[in-house]
Amino acid sequence: MSTQPRSLLRRARPALAVAGVLAVASGVLAACGGDDSSTGAADLVWYINPDAGGQDKIAENCTKQSNGEYSISTQVLPQDAGQQRIQLARRLAAGDPEIDIMSLDPPYTAEFAAAGYLAEIPSDLQSKFEDQAFKSAVDAATWDGALVVAPFWSNTQVLWYRKSFVEKAGLDMSKPVSWDQIITAAADNGGTVAVQANKYEGYSVWVNALVSGAGGEIAIDTEKGADATITIGSQAGEDAAKVVEELAGSSAAPSDLSVSNEGTAATSFASDSGAFMVNWTFIWNNYGEDRLDNDIGFAPYPETVQGEESRPPYGGIGLGVSAFSEHKDAAMKAIECLTTPENQGINAELTGNMPSSAAGYDYPPLAKLYDPKLLALFQQSLERAAPRTVSPYWSDMSGAILSTWHPPSGVGDNTPKESATFMEQVLQGESLL
Amino acid sequence: MSTTVAPDRETRKAKAPRPVVTDRARAENRLGQRLVAPAVVLMLIVTAWPMGQALYLSLFRYRLTAPDDREFVGLGNYWTVLTDQLFWQDTVNTLLIMIITVSVELVIGFTFAMVMHKIVFARGVIRTSILIPYGIVTVVSAYAWQFAFSLNNGFINGWLPFVPDDYNWFESHWPAMFAIMVSEIWKTTPFMSLLLLAGLAQISEDMIEAAKVDGATWWQRLYKVILPNMRAAIMVAVLFRALDAFRIFDNIFVMTKGAADTESSSFLTYRQVIEQVQLGLGSALSVLLFLSVLLIAFLIVRLFKVDLAQARGEG
Repeated sequence: MSTQPRSLLRRARPALAVAGVLAVASGVLAACGGDDSSTGAADLVWYINPDAGGQDKIAENCTKQSNGEYSISTQVLPQDAGQQRIQLARRLAAGDPEIDIMSLDPPYTAEFAAAGYLAEIPSDLQSKFEDQAFKSAVDAATWDGALVVAPFWSNTQVLWYRKSFVEKAGLDMSKPVSWDQIITAAADNGGTVAVQANKYEGYSVWVNALVSGAGGEIAIDTEKGADATITIGSQAGEDAAKVVEELAGSSAAPSDLSVSNEGTAATSFASDSGAFMVNWTFIWNNYGEDRLDNDIGFAPYPETVQGEESRPPYGGIGLGVSAFSEHKDAAMKAIECLTTPENQGINAELTGNMPSSAAGYDYPPLAKLYDPKLLALFQQSLERAAPRTVSPYWSDMSGAILSTWHPPSGVGDNTPKESATFMEQVLQGESLL
Repeated sequence: MSTTVAPDRETRKAKAPRPVVTDRARAENRLGQRLVAPAVVLMLIVTAWPMGQALYLSLFRYRLTAPDDREFVGLGNYWTVLTDQLFWQDTVNTLLIMIITVSVELVIGFTFAMVMHKIVFARGVIRTSILIPYGIVTVVSAYAWQFAFSLNNGFINGWLPFVPDDYNWFESHWPAMFAIMVSEIWKTTPFMSLLLLAGLAQISEDMIEAAKVDGATWWQRLYKVILPNMRAAIMVAVLFRALDAFRIFDNIFVMTKGAADTESSSFLTYRQVIEQVQLGLGSALSVLLFLSVLLIAFLIVRLFKVDLAQARGEG
């Protein structure tokens, strides 16, 4: 019959259309990634946390320095560290080869390493990174005896105070001060102590610093994963709870204590009642050239227990290479370049995110931007800083802290023990978080 | 005075003789089936498959970042969830939000529907103004209300008498829940009023006129004529909004992030699956959430004793 071929064609038309669409799509997708075959350079994609352009700048520098061996382009991750972790983890769990290098927040480094998402760093590079970085930066970047990310920038918190206020309160800031001292001084003189106590990672950072400052740890034996020994219920945990309880129950607590973060703490500190604040290094650039009429002073992080040296929080970024990258060798060379002391210095100059190495602090423009005493304090603080418990289960531990220690006004004598029990149950999958 | 309701289509249909199915009707039916088949297959791929996958995953203790530790636990995850105080606390929160917001929305929405129905001047402008909040993205409205209630830059504390200027609405449970519910009500009342307006428009003026002639007061006309005849529209409005409210997520995510015990069931599920990457526990929660939604839908349909097909104007 003469109509048959036509009807066959008609029936085949949808299939042909689908095949056509697929052919076009595969061509378009193929053009999106992979090697730049015209130059032979590996196209590396670096997933960065949002910043003021420091990472873009050094990506450009390293691309130039590589003499065509690789070129680095950047992709920005969400602002929130938790969201950065989620986005990366979900893609890496699916074996996504489009991620070559990533900027990783320290608390999630162990989780990524234990899950096999990070490519092994060659031992010579590991030694190089270990030699140049601060001890706290190395501790935060190490899992299972190996350095799994290259320490890039390191952050720490110091105690910021209003010079006029401490003068009025008669507090001697040349010596280390304790939490009790600053809370009392602020309460007696109508001032506030600004911290980060919203239900978010920043609050876990504070709790971890308080516990570490009292000589304790949130958990030990973390290489056992979910079977780690939880130690937040110890005396150190109780000392930490006392500080939180004292501040929350005192007139020195800002009204927004339970929803405070880095930004709101900075606002409280700049208000008329602002007296003290613990906050990261970058906050120095928050107050312009004027620095609240030159009224901002800085001192080491407050002591949890008077007379016992404090352990300030550690933050920052390490650079990891994805285990699923198709250009691991080039990516290793790239992270070596990106983390040179000079590039750390350039990044610090542009973003206020300070270097992870003492050599990075020698980058000359930093001395013009920062008071030399402040630079010295940052480095001293980084040497003493206590990273958050290095465990693949940190996000669960942090969540358990937030569930039991928030709001700060609910913290009491029993909180550390309750949080320890709850954390154990969560890790064993016996309780919801 | 007795309640006046339009004759039930269901009864009329039952009495009608069974229609004869012609060859043409049968052929059209077959064509119809063929036409919807691709959509049905697509639906199965994008909904049934993930649902089956969730059911399967819920039987394992499985963390995305620890794939080697995956372990079959049977109904263990369900036991963990159902014996956990947090789950029940969040369920109570969700039910409270659902009941309170839907009740308030029903009353305000009905008033708005009456206004939109009766208004004679500037009808378009007024109807549009009432509907504006519904056109705003929930995340945006949640941020707007969070700023409004914020003690740093909000205006609510300044406007309300007896509330100190430095009052923190997000510090404790009830004030935070209040703020969340206000945002939810503001955002979705227009949707409720739109559905109710459709119901109001369907009521025959003759019936209201007849009641008026019989000497019924305004209240009597409302309770005995208008509301009973709107039962189907009210059910659809309540059903849609109740299911929506039960799945509340974005307002809480933006305004409190679940702090001050304001977490809802959806938020708990999100945290388990997305934040904690606990695929097993999270899937168990998703399954329970799905079953809860089914149960609520069933209860509402039973409560109003309305046939869904009739409510949609079919049959």
